[in-house]
Amino acid sequence: MKHIINCLVENQPGVLARIVGLISGRGYNIETLNVGPTADPTVSKMTIVVPGDAHVIEQVTHQLSKQVDVIEVVNMTNRRHLNRELILVRVAVGDHQHRAEVVDLASLFMARVVAVQEDSVTVQMVGNQETVDDFLRLLKHYAIVDISRSGVIAVGREAGENGGK
Amino acid sequence: MSKQAKAGQVADEQPMRTGAQCIIDGLVGAGCEVLFGYPGGAVLDIFNCLYEAPLHFVLTRHEQGAVHMADGYARATGKAGCCLVTSGPGATNTVTGLATAYMDGIPLVCITGQVPLHLIGNDAFQEADVIGITRPVTKHNFLVRTADELPEIIAKAFYIATTGKPGPVVIDVPKNIQKQMTARRAPDAVEMRAYHPDVEADPAAVARLAELINQSQRPLLYVGGGAVNGDASAALAALARRANIPVTTTLMAMGVFPEDDPLSVRMLGMHGSVAANYAVDHCDLLISVGARFDDRVTGKISAFAPRAVIEHIDIDRSSIGKSVRADVGVQGYAKPVLEALLPLVREARHDEWLEQVGRWKDRFPFTYTQRAGEIMPQFVIEKIYEVSKGQALVTTDVGQHQMWATQYFRYTKPRQFISSGGLGTMGFGLPATIGAQLGRPDALAVCVTGDGGVQMNFQELVVAVERQLPIVVVILNNGYLGMVRQWQELFYGHRYSGVMLGQTERRPNEHVAERPVYLPDFVKMAEAHGACACRVTRSEEVAPALEKAFGSGQTWVIECIVSPEANVFPMIPPGAHVAEMINRTV
Ligand SMILES: Cc1ncc(C[n+]2csc(CCOP(=O)(O)OP(=O)(O)O)c2C)c(N)n1
Repeated sequence: MKHIINCLVENQPGVLARIVGLISGRGYNIETLNVGPTADPTVSKMTIVVPGDAHVIEQVTHQLSKQVDVIEVVNMTNRRHLNRELILVRVAVGDHQHRAEVVDLASLFMARVVAVQEDSVTVQMVGNQETVDDFLRLLKHYAIVDISRSGVIAVGREAGENGGK
Repeated sequence: MSKQAKAGQVADEQPMRTGAQCIIDGLVGAGCEVLFGYPGGAVLDIFNCLYEAPLHFVLTRHEQGAVHMADGYARATGKAGCCLVTSGPGATNTVTGLATAYMDGIPLVCITGQVPLHLIGNDAFQEADVIGITRPVTKHNFLVRTADELPEIIAKAFYIATTGKPGPVVIDVPKNIQKQMTARRAPDAVEMRAYHPDVEADPAAVARLAELINQSQRPLLYVGGGAVNGDASAALAALARRANIPVTTTLMAMGVFPEDDPLSVRMLGMHGSVAANYAVDHCDLLISVGARFDDRVTGKISAFAPRAVIEHIDIDRSSIGKSVRADVGVQGYAKPVLEALLPLVREARHDEWLEQVGRWKDRFPFTYTQRAGEIMPQFVIEKIYEVSKGQALVTTDVGQHQMWATQYFRYTKPRQFISSGGLGTMGFGLPATIGAQLGRPDALAVCVTGDGGVQMNFQELVVAVERQLPIVVVILNNGYLGMVRQWQELFYGHRYSGVMLGQTERRPNEHVAERPVYLPDFVKMAEAHGACACRVTRSEEVAPALEKAFGSGQTWVIECIVSPEANVFPMIPPGAHVAEMINRTV
């Protein structure tokens, strides 16, 4: 199972490398990783998606928490939370009919067509993990030429959960 | 979120200092009395300030030696060890030492020079990405970007190194920062919003654990290095005696509970005592105190302590339940947790259990067979024990001699046995002995080493001789990389590959010009370094040689030519269960 781990860290050079090195050095995978500033300029938030069973995730969480520059670690998957990912995907379309199908599919997912060429359309889609996975699964029937994913970000739905203060 | 350390805001009226001076002042302020190191271009300013610094500087002969000495000093004293090296090759030479200390949770502060800030990333002369290279082998590391932050960083480094689960901290200081001026001073108290090492144990968990102990018929204390770091010897003994709980220790905790106590079952694991491993196998409650269930201890994880409720006490939360399930976990320092447990634990006798454990101890002591005309390596350790009246502070390298040093000596005090456990670093022994002796001048420091390991940092012997340190280096020369040879004998059908240190009878693809004598001549080598030395080839000579060396007040090297193919038993093969233990006497 995939877990979404939010990590508040000191906004210091080298912290990202330490976190990534820690996770990969212990043989765990990172599926996506997103880093950005928070309302407090001295703090950054990282959202890490790690596949693994409960034992692996517990280890990852404890190992992260123990880092000197890590302020707080929350496994969002265990909490009420919102998650989103932005994807940009360019799909090859052979003919008009093909294009219509892709545009149709995009609209079902409330995704937007952001660029059109003779032989391709580019779709921007925002959704939670499940919706993004569903969309990509259906798109598999078409030829995906290029894809970029922002990585998952997440916020807690209740106060005090990784809001920082 | 809490406040950040408010360093620097108090310093307006202070006189200006260079970054280099801040480093020396920071070390002295943190209580550093001995600094181990090696100079170079990127630390010239620091060495310039060292010229009149009120601390003892030890010029080692290799940076690896400097880190191991600082490590030995830390293990012997419980204080942070300190070292100072230059950029690039100086810094990369510290990596093995840092990794050694990191694995065993030893507090070190290592200062590395770095090329000037504006040259970083340019492949400048003697530049290496020390922060990147040392990140996975340090508890934390700092790249200093202005002299203003230096005083606080040094204070933080000592704080991080010595609290929680201790570990090495690197401070990488670019050369221009060493010259920069600052008026800042270190804060009175270090405060870090993201690092809170001091955890108070959850009273409910402690109470549950006490209840488990009270219900247990066959409890066992399994004690590791955390109990040494946490100074928990007395609390441990009080608990063990109150409820008559047998105690086994890991390599990292030899002597934390006296091994001559009837409750001691001595070391467990791959080469541990039969009694300790049987006790683990049969106990109904395993109380782990500051131990981390290393694979050399557990063997086959799924079959480890199969009948037991397993409980972990550790200050490092990530250690609890890492490799072996924890039925109860208590996060906290060993000493306060044990002290909190004590009043909740009822006195108990556990007669039946102790009798069973006693039978195992009687039936399966560590034994070996004397071979005619040869010195048995185990015998040498027994003699070190006897001649030192059990008082020696023993350090080791890694290999067979290390295991014999655990088996044939009974340690009775914490910090009496110093060895690289987690990383298993050959070359650790000699420099660590020197560091330990400098930290504990009154100790009788004996380095038990192999003919392989001692050659890895032999150059450091000069450091002992220069200071007239009365260390005694006992080389158990078996002509082989013995521990590897043992595995090749047992698990690879006697095919000895790349393990012969002598020059004769090599395999064709390892063939060298045959020499009548073993190279190097350790006696000459020791003498060339200024030490006293002798070679011992007969059993009767062992004790007299030790007696002479122990009383001499001089640096001694005693080379014992020992039985070449003696093996360490018992042995639980890697990844195996106790039932597969090999226990021969030869
Ligand atoms: C730096 C390093 N390299 C390799 C090893 C692997 N190793 C473990 S024990 C051993 C043999 C040690 O030989 P020696 O020092 O002669 O001691 P003995 O086992 O014979 O007592 C080796 C090569 C190691 N532990 N450390």
